[in-house]
Amino acid sequence: MKESRTLPTDYVSSPERTSSGRTLRTDEMILNMGPQHPSTHGVLRLELVVDGEIIVDVIPHIGYLHRCFEKHAEHMTNYQQVIPYADRMDYLSSMCNDWAYALAVEKLLKTEIPERVQYIRLIMAELQRIASHLIAVGTYAIDMGAFTPFLWCFRDRERILDLFEMTCGARLLYNYIWVGGVSHDLPPSFVEKAKEFCRDFRTTLKEVHDVLTYNEIFIKRTANVGVLPKDVAINWACSGPMLRGSGVDWDLRRDDPYGIYDRFEWTVQVGKGEMGTVGDCWDRYIVRMREMEESTRIIEQAVESVPEGNVQSSIPKRIRPEAGEVYVRSESPRGELGFYVISDGTASPYRVKARAPAFVNLSVLPEISRGAMVADLVAIVGSVDIVLGEVDR
Amino acid sequence: MEELLRSLIGESWILYLLLAAPPLVFILLYALVTVWTEMKVSAHMQDRLAYMYTGFHGVLQPVADILKLLQKEDTIPTAADRPLFVMAPFLVFIGMYAGFAALPFSSAYIGSNINLGVFYIIAVSSIGVVGLLMAGWASNNKWSLFGAMRSAAQIISYEIPIALALLVAVMITGSLNLQDVIRYQEGGILNWIVFGGPQPLVQKLLLLPFTVTAFFILFIAGVAEVNRTPFDLPEAESELVQGYNTEYSGMKFAIFYLAEYANMFLVSGIAACLFLGGWSSPFGELMSGPLWGVFWIVLKGYFFVFLQIWIRWTLPRLRVDQLMYTSWKVLIPFLFVCLFCVGLILVL
Amino acid sequence: MTAREIFDNLKAKFGDAIGEAKLDALQPWITVAEKRAKEICLFLRDEPGFGFDYLSCLSGVDYPDGKLGVTYHLFSMNHKHKIVVKALCTRENPHVQSVSAVWGTANWHEREAYDMYGIVFDEHPDLRRILCGDDYPGYPLRKDFKVPEFYNGMKVPY
Repeated sequence: MKESRTLPTDYVSSPERTSSGRTLRTDEMILNMGPQHPSTHGVLRLELVVDGEIIVDVIPHIGYLHRCFEKHAEHMTNYQQVIPYADRMDYLSSMCNDWAYALAVEKLLKTEIPERVQYIRLIMAELQRIASHLIAVGTYAIDMGAFTPFLWCFRDRERILDLFEMTCGARLLYNYIWVGGVSHDLPPSFVEKAKEFCRDFRTTLKEVHDVLTYNEIFIKRTANVGVLPKDVAINWACSGPMLRGSGVDWDLRRDDPYGIYDRFEWTVQVGKGEMGTVGDCWDRYIVRMREMEESTRIIEQAVESVPEGNVQSSIPKRIRPEAGEVYVRSESPRGELGFYVISDGTASPYRVKARAPAFVNLSVLPEISRGAMVADLVAIVGSVDIVLGEVDR
Repeated sequence: MEELLRSLIGESWILYLLLAAPPLVFILLYALVTVWTEMKVSAHMQDRLAYMYTGFHGVLQPVADILKLLQKEDTIPTAADRPLFVMAPFLVFIGMYAGFAALPFSSAYIGSNINLGVFYIIAVSSIGVVGLLMAGWASNNKWSLFGAMRSAAQIISYEIPIALALLVAVMITGSLNLQDVIRYQEGGILNWIVFGGPQPLVQKLLLLPFTVTAFFILFIAGVAEVNRTPFDLPEAESELVQGYNTEYSGMKFAIFYLAEYANMFLVSGIAACLFLGGWSSPFGELMSGPLWGVFWIVLKGYFFVFLQIWIRWTLPRLRVDQLMYTSWKVLIPFLFVCLFCVGLILVL
Repeated sequence: MTAREIFDNLKAKFGDAIGEAKLDALQPWITVAEKRAKEICLFLRDEPGFGFDYLSCLSGVDYPDGKLGVTYHLFSMNHKHKIVVKALCTRENPHVQSVSAVWGTANWHEREAYDMYGIVFDEHPDLRRILCGDDYPGYPLRKDFKVPEFYNGMKVPY
């Protein structure tokens, strides 16, 4: 972590700053932010080297929530049994985790997925994306000191969770998307309720825009803060809103297609640096806000045309994919969620590696926060939108 | 009231105790109401209900909160500087309470009718900073220290706009005695200094833009002075955990809390006295008198307390450098212009 | 660019450093010499025809034949093609050249592989354990790993 420190050009270290000619000897202070800190979004520990309020270096320490997902996966007796563990990785977007894992195993099995399942999975994943982004935006508002938008976001997230609950009985960890299908069919009133939600949700978005997005203080706090340039973003393999916020027009749903996203009309939202520089915190925030709108569009189109059919394809109870390996990635709310699955022909996976987007996105944090202030660091960590369950797995 | 009591009891310590008691009673009652108001206002802004079970719409909840705080274990960190740690909340409270001494509650009651009332309040309210610094330092916690340093820097910066804004009103009335300042504004809403004071019409109209600006700035600086969002950096919970009071619990924490709420009313009350006619009725002779006076000043003060609550639950928080920028580069230059122009108008 | 072309290109440039490859697999992979991983990856990243600027994933693997390995899933943002590169090393001498100078993201991935498999990445700027505690005994994802009965004097249940 001792690479070149990118401090602002006008930064002078404290001893030279006194005007009286006397040099006061000042020290850098080491400050532990976390593991129990309100804005590390979980049990992340950031070791800060600070000079007054200016950050000289950040050293993230992770692993407090390590639950050996990969070891568990290897010890399952069945490929399907991994799914509940995948649920618990990124607990804010369990649907997307399930789907990503199912995609990987299905690719190994080379199975065809029924039409109805494709539609259901897509609707669920997009609802989950909205729910996850709502938390990202809401907690970001709290990080910035605005409490009210947070509760508005949670109010609407509740409605999504209600939809999930009526479908599969669970509100957080669904175990819903299985290899080859989904666990339950849609309940009768689901389509109606989903439409109703999409209609009402636009109002919430507008309210949040009014009170937060274009608030002068919020813009001052986030624009030009934590700028992540395009080339750094790609080199550090950032993904999701983090990469798009840096102005890279890139979305796996479109560029490495899976599911049936190509059948609907939607656009990839990219940060344009409207309030400051491309790739600043405000850009990452606005990409999330606009993605929610796009997801609403997708859901509205998808619920119109869900075909009839079976929701479980006729795959055997005990799956034995032939020996081989596959890396399948999909766009979770936080970015590229990949599963690298190696099969040795038996009923349990030989190796499962989860490429967690939050893990990768967090690794770039020291690069973009040197020279910022302590308050900026809170803004930057919030805009990266990490879920420690996924970082530590 | 002072004379009345003096004639009844004579010169003794009981007299001073009785004179000092009303603000304390007021503060305690007011804090109960405001805790409830804040929770309810924020809840309704956020589409929820807040307390609903303790009494009608949870009116008894603040009482329950206080009982809980009283029973809470009073922890002192082992590494803390004990005497300072224990003293700090009381110092903060004293600074605030001493300010209430010069706040006129009605034409008949003021804790201490001193001639330098305005000056006294500005001076005495700065004692609180010492308490905050002590709390931050004595906690022996880096986050607390951060909070304390921030609050010291912030309060020192915002004392200046407050003093300058008050000076605008003082220049117009020509007195530092708060009772005199209020009497000067008696006779209805149009005589309030925020609307130019009881001057001839032309002068009044000329003064109007400057008095309104000064009042507006006074309110902003007042919010900053009491460390409320968007200026709540010293205790910014998402950055500094809880700032200077991170390590406090139980009654000591409650005293910090009480001081913050009381301070909210103090700055509102001072703003109301100097710019909005204090205890004087907005309808001239109608509804005026010593008891109505209490009603009016509490109403005016409470309106601004409500405004502060409203702002708190709406706006995000500024950053340290932006906070300093606001004070030194925006508010103070504006006030200098106000002062200069008001002076010029009054001379002409 | 197809996997076959990539393989031929690499073979022409690096010769012996390119080992066996499986180009007809579900996702074709190429094995490279573990001691020259950085050089080859740099070539893969900077050569205009390849342009593999995005390291999707870097995973450690413990193969059934007792070898350890690192798998790189590469992707090109410009050309939209992908390739899987593998570097194998022995269990006795698990050294692989670090590619964190090529892709910044490899930094944490390599730390994870070190943590879980004990693969030492030479030239890594900051090779520490990342998920397990610094004093954790052994490398948990190796197939021969036994959960210790005691950890720091505490009995481990199960």
